Amino acid sequence: MSIETPLSRVRGLGPAGHGGQDWWAVRLNSVALLLLSVWLVASLLRLPAVDYATVTEWLRDPLAAVPMLLFVVTTFWHIQHGLREVIDDYAHEESQRVLWITLLAFFVYGGGALAAFCVLKVALAGAPV
Amino acid sequence: MLAPSSRPLSPHLTIWRWGPHMLVSILHRITGAGLAIVGGAVLLWWLWAAADGRESYEYFVGWATHWTGIVVGVGLTWAFLQHLASGIRHLVMDVGAGFELNTNKRWSTIVAIVPVLLTALFWAYILFGDQL
Repeated sequence: MSIETPLSRVRGLGPAGHGGQDWWAVRLNSVALLLLSVWLVASLLRLPAVDYATVTEWLRDPLAAVPMLLFVVTTFWHIQHGLREVIDDYAHEESQRVLWITLLAFFVYGGGALAAFCVLKVALAGAPV
Repeated sequence: MLAPSSRPLSPHLTIWRWGPHMLVSILHRITGAGLAIVGGAVLLWWLWAAADGRESYEYFVGWATHWTGIVVGVGLTWAFLQHLASGIRHLVMDVGAGFELNTNKRWSTIVAIVPVLLTALFWAYILFGDQL
């Protein structure tokens, strides 16, 4: 007879190897992304146009640039966790799993950093002369 | 070690009778993957174009207003609204609500239909809004 509890026997047995904290973090992230997406769509619809001058001027406003940065970070975090779940479900070979997780990390960190930098560049550039 | 069996490990897509709950479940995954890859790329392109300058931005707008861009835009709009609706359904089910068979079927049907209607409404507004 073992003194191990049932919990300790099942802990870490999911395809990802861990779980509880991630589960909560994904829910929190989803609710944040829901609010930020509604903000982005509503903001763009309220602009008189979505041309270069209007959009860059709008992004220079801190009250647009900061939510936009949050949107970018929240979105790429969401992509990371969503596609990771798909990989965990369908990539059964360990070598395949490692390959896909690596490609996903490149896409998410590269894309997220590029997107965030672009927002900052527009926001901090100042009005065009 | 057990010998590999040709029997399915668990009831799988091929032997279930399709219902609205299965439809919205798999649509959540398909639209999520589509949004992540296509939507992520379009978001990147848009922000990069805005940071790169007027010429890049106008090139982006040229594609976005071309009919191929509009087709991608309609697809992304539907995928976004579908993922949003089925995502909210998942959040509701995460608190343990909505599992009764009839309730689940009713909400799944609504979650499958409403995004299509909202997509049509949104693009009617974008394309013909100034004529109203």
